[in-house]
Amino acid sequence: MATNRSADAKPPTRRITIDPVTRIEGHAKISIHLDASGAVETARFHVTEYRGFEKFCEGRPFTEMAAITARICGICPVSHLLAAAATGDKILAVRIPPAAEKLRRLMNLAQITQSHALSFFHLSSPDFLLGWDSDPARRNIFGLIAANPELARSGIRLRQFGQGVIEALGGRKIHAAWAVPGGVRSPLSPETRDQIRAGLPEAFAIAEQGLALFKQLLDSQLREELNVFGNFPSLFLGLVGRDGRWEHSGGSGCGGIRVMASDGSLVADGLQEDDYAGFLAEAVEPWSYLKFPYFKALGPEAGSYRVGPLARLNLCDRIGTERADRELLELRQRGGRVVTASFLYHLARLIEIVACLEQMEQLLDDPQITATHVRARASVNCHEAVGVSEAPRGTLLHHYRVDADGLIERVNLIIATGQNNSAMNRTITQIAQHVLTGHNLSEPLLNRVEAGIRCFDPCLSCSTHAAGQMPLQVQLFSAAGELLEERQRG
Amino acid sequence: MSVCTLRINDHDIAVPAGTTLLQAAQQATIPIPTLCFLEGLSAVAACRLCLVEVSGADGREEPRLLAACVTAATEGMRVQTHTPRLQEIRRTVIELLFTEGNHVCAICVANGHCELQNLAVEVGMDHSRLPYRFPERHVDLSHPQYGLDHNRCILCTRCVRVCDEVEGAHVWDVGWRGEHCQIISGLHEPWGDVQACTHCGKCVDVCPTGALFHKVDTSSEKHGHPERLQRLMHARTHQQWTP
Repeated sequence: MATNRSADAKPPTRRITIDPVTRIEGHAKISIHLDASGAVETARFHVTEYRGFEKFCEGRPFTEMAAITARICGICPVSHLLAAAATGDKILAVRIPPAAEKLRRLMNLAQITQSHALSFFHLSSPDFLLGWDSDPARRNIFGLIAANPELARSGIRLRQFGQGVIEALGGRKIHAAWAVPGGVRSPLSPETRDQIRAGLPEAFAIAEQGLALFKQLLDSQLREELNVFGNFPSLFLGLVGRDGRWEHSGGSGCGGIRVMASDGSLVADGLQEDDYAGFLAEAVEPWSYLKFPYFKALGPEAGSYRVGPLARLNLCDRIGTERADRELLELRQRGGRVVTASFLYHLARLIEIVACLEQMEQLLDDPQITATHVRARASVNCHEAVGVSEAPRGTLLHHYRVDADGLIERVNLIIATGQNNSAMNRTITQIAQHVLTGHNLSEPLLNRVEAGIRCFDPCLSCSTHAAGQMPLQVQLFSAAGELLEERQRG
Repeated sequence: MSVCTLRINDHDIAVPAGTTLLQAAQQATIPIPTLCFLEGLSAVAACRLCLVEVSGADGREEPRLLAACVTAATEGMRVQTHTPRLQEIRRTVIELLFTEGNHVCAICVANGHCELQNLAVEVGMDHSRLPYRFPERHVDLSHPQYGLDHNRCILCTRCVRVCDEVEGAHVWDVGWRGEHCQIISGLHEPWGDVQACTHCGKCVDVCPTGALFHKVDTSSEKHGHPERLQRLMHARTHQQWTP
């Protein structure tokens, strides 16, 4: 983290840069703009990496898309795998075998578990447990191991469990190209099912341990964070089940996409992913590779929305499993029917881990899970399709158009992190305005701004796939809006 | 039948006249890497992986580089198959093949079952010392069952030979010249439009990489079956059609 008082020689404006933002997945920086009085005017989250997946997938067979797009990310490859496979199902125009759908759900639950465990235990908990004021060199997983080895070990074990399930199903922990258009490659053997089941009790215990710890912290030393870490009204968007239950997959039980306002009113319900271009639009800013999706009908400001664990919990009527529903009730008692405090994304993640483990238990008890018919085969029957899945960070959409032979002509990927972009910018602005003044720019305070981003657990390697111009543009404005200095490249 | 004697590495070997150095080495259980060569098809020495150092032939003592798959053994030949010079050449050949096309193993249909990939491991290619060319090539999925990805084609011509010599359809050929060389179907038509194709799949079975594949295969799902050709050739030669 570095403080760059670029305009020290020319008061009254200053720009503070936090570069790089640490303990997130990807590369980004934050710039904070101060006005003449030294108060924070705005803060911006700049995503500085570029991938280009949408372009270089063109010309490839659609059957490769699951394997290619899984490579977007090493943390949540399963999300892209499942979204790509779902899109492939539609291009084949097949209904996948019931066992395949259940196995895909099982893998997604394992994926959400391991990703949430990484976010909470490895990336974010050093802030809560070691404190904002602790030495930045120790405020990380290694510091956590030194300070609380049991908790660090638990986090690693929980992630290991989730990764182990993915490996058991797909043959490898990362980039298992196991979900394919038409189903999955291999069935689940009864022996492997029993192995997975044997790991559940420890995983439940770790999730409960994390929940108890975090709730205790919320009730004691983290009260302030609830109010200033991105607590604002916005829309929430995500999948829900047909009966209003928590949903993470676009399969047969999915009731479509729901959009809810902060007051609990339904803005839209039952939206189909195929129509996403009709209800979602993307704004582009020159200072970031990350686009700004919004709910089209309400415009870029009022239509900005949040996705991810907190959104999913806000949107559903209930989760549908005992322990998770109990925790959901407590979350709503703590934050209201629609929780607007972004800091509670952390709690939502822990609740979702419990929900995932409970649903995994149910799936493993289903005799159909070990059925051997897991793949439907067909050729290209549809030339355009949209697939959807709930990634750990939120709703993920894959949109492909193929030619008559099945070669990709156009790809559009709507990534969860991108959909939280507006919310992340609002969050860091809110935190910066609360904790920073022109005379108080200490490391712990800047770390709070950075931690605002971690609430959303952004995965920038996933989200910066879109084409765009190299945004190396730095502008320095006076309080009166006068452009003092500009540098541009590209 | 006349016999000639030669020395391969430290082994003295007697083979019938006309035997290739590759066959002689196989007889002595000395492995020589090959890629374009496939038993049952004519040899074309296209890949240059089976180069060996030969001296003592035609009265020439200085070692010459000759392709083992097309060089006949002669009396008094001395052959070296694994000198440092040959190892370097083989690694360079593999690097040239990788950099000349677009081989992305991680997502390839043949990943884990690819002869090119296996050879890269065998020759110790842990990275390429040559710059990648990233040529713009296309994929032909016009055939109802099979696909051709020119990005992964190494121009070994196994498909050309098997289709011509075994199936008798001669769907495949090599078009253009130099860096523009590519496998073409028919008279450079989409594969699906070539009426001569019998849909037998022999070209897919013998392709050493993921260039020719079943369209339903996704990443890592293609398994080549060159042994099917050998079974077929054995059956034809010996008129043994039942196992």
